[in-house]
Amino acid sequence: MMTQTIEKKGRFGKYGGQFVPETLMTALNELEEAFEKAMKDPKFHEELNYYLKDYVGRETPLYFAERLTEYAGGADIYLKREDLNHTGAHKINNTLGQILIAKRMGKKKIVAETGAGQHGVATATVCALFGMECTVFMGAVDVERQKLNVFRMELMGAKVVAVEDGSRTLKDAVNEALRYWVTHIDDTHYVLGSALGPHPFPTIVREFQSVIGNESRAQFLERTGKLPDAVIACVGGGSNAIGMFAPFVEDETVEMYGVEAGGLGIPTGKHSAAMATKTEGMLHGAYMYVMQDEAGNVGKTYSVSAGLDYPAIGPEHCHLNDIGRVVYDSVTDEEALEAFQLLSKIEGIIPALESSHAIAYVVKKAKEMGEGKSIIVSLSGRGDKDIDSVFARLGGK
Amino acid sequence: MTTLTKEMKQLKEQNEKAFVPYIMAGDGPLEQLEETIVRLQNLGATAIELGIPYSDPVADGVVIREAGERALAAGVTLDQILETVATFTRVRIPLLTMAYVNTIFAYGIERFAKRAQQVGIRGAIIPDLPYEERDLVAGPFQQHDIALIPLVALTSPKERIEKLVQEAEGFIYAVTINGVTGNQNQLNDSPLDHFDTLRAMTDLPVYAGFGITTAEDVERMNAHTDGVIVGSAIVRALYEQDREALEQLFVAYA
Repeated sequence: MMTQTIEKKGRFGKYGGQFVPETLMTALNELEEAFEKAMKDPKFHEELNYYLKDYVGRETPLYFAERLTEYAGGADIYLKREDLNHTGAHKINNTLGQILIAKRMGKKKIVAETGAGQHGVATATVCALFGMECTVFMGAVDVERQKLNVFRMELMGAKVVAVEDGSRTLKDAVNEALRYWVTHIDDTHYVLGSALGPHPFPTIVREFQSVIGNESRAQFLERTGKLPDAVIACVGGGSNAIGMFAPFVEDETVEMYGVEAGGLGIPTGKHSAAMATKTEGMLHGAYMYVMQDEAGNVGKTYSVSAGLDYPAIGPEHCHLNDIGRVVYDSVTDEEALEAFQLLSKIEGIIPALESSHAIAYVVKKAKEMGEGKSIIVSLSGRGDKDIDSVFARLGGK
Repeated sequence: MTTLTKEMKQLKEQNEKAFVPYIMAGDGPLEQLEETIVRLQNLGATAIELGIPYSDPVADGVVIREAGERALAAGVTLDQILETVATFTRVRIPLLTMAYVNTIFAYGIERFAKRAQQVGIRGAIIPDLPYEERDLVAGPFQQHDIALIPLVALTSPKERIEKLVQEAEGFIYAVTINGVTGNQNQLNDSPLDHFDTLRAMTDLPVYAGFGITTAEDVERMNAHTDGVIVGSAIVRALYEQDREALEQLFVAYA
């Protein structure tokens, strides 16, 4: 397991930490303790694996995308089908793990933030499964662009609260979830959905999402007898990406690419590619690359994809970038929308707009790497939730 | 020991209760900031907690958040606030900043400590800088006589509090509720025992803050602490220009 990047408790190089109000510190310490205990307990893994298999439907296929490969005209492209998980995205890998920990801690209530709604849905799902009360904070802008997911959460008994603060997107939903957690600290666990936040969250999320990379690695080895030449994943906060990357970090021959949301293009300033701006700071409890102005106020972000619309990038990604292990790049809204349609048309798979960023990138990268190479791309979620907004965007054509 | 620590300890030894109003710097023109502070000084404020606007204030309730948004909309920054404080001539009571860590980090920690000292600021409250991360600012703050005032929460266990108070400067900021600032109707008597325990653990004065919104709250908390910090109620009264509400909060000190 890849934990070598932590130099100090809760740090990845210089990134990470615990920049939170004192009221949360005891809860974070208790969570860390419960998490470490669970990870050492075979019974916990047994229970987690049972639900991952019988409830989520793991393992997910590693699919050789023959027509996409042909289209790109280069390296073989394999899709890790996280879209085939129950609830349609990778998010449930983490929510399931965290709710089992919350249960062990005796918590009765759950709070979560959500951007695209995928994490909110995955949290509402496991809350329904285990009979826990669930409150999900979602930016008002995202409530509007992801209506279907709001309804899904409500169907499963969750209370969805639209956040009208600030930019009314994912970052503000995290703020409000943190405030709610402070206020309900006694009986509530915060299921953070991305590889973000104060320690131990980035580590917890990585460990529960590593099933993506672990399976991919084993499946690829079994099929080809070797390792892939590259792995690719989209990055907002970075949960599916860290899950894909972590098990490959020590395989030096495997190149890794994280794809951020380039929005209207980096030079326009209307994007969510925190790695492109290279300004460091603290947000939501961690030290990382954060899009901000000179006074340290967090900048407005923009992306067609609600799930990538976040002004920072998880602390472990910042470290992997600095040590040169992962290359972070971005693709624009337009490229992502093209990839959305492309994969639908030639593979019969409708990808989430988030995952479409990775698809757009893999097409470029496959061509560049050339034949005889192979790339695994994390298809982190399915695109059903995006049908309405893409339909509107394409002018209802 | 920082200057602020000496001053606050002295007050405690003289059995004087402290009243520390919080105001959002830049909620209203910065040119009027000194006037506002002098007004509070004349009403009997012990010190002023100067809120610095920030885009993502996770510890604040809606009243302070809205005040911060007004200040941000007016383009107010920490730099402008420090330079405004530099022009003050009539303020006699200690000034403390309440800024989130990223605001200070973006300005430069060393630069902040130095400039804050030069303009006469004696302490800083950083609501998202817990004990574990205090090393980030401890050196420069000590060098420039800026007291790093720690927050102690209701959830902080006793062993933890012992560590927190040991290295504390200025006073102990005792958070009265599990919640955000200005959370009304949440304050009850349950923290009172906690305050008694806390006071027994330190020589520094213990001031209660978060959720203290009425004159009755002030009186009730004062019986178990060395003073109070009042934020949202002050910010609201100033914004609404409600003189009566403002003066009412000071009544317990008359």
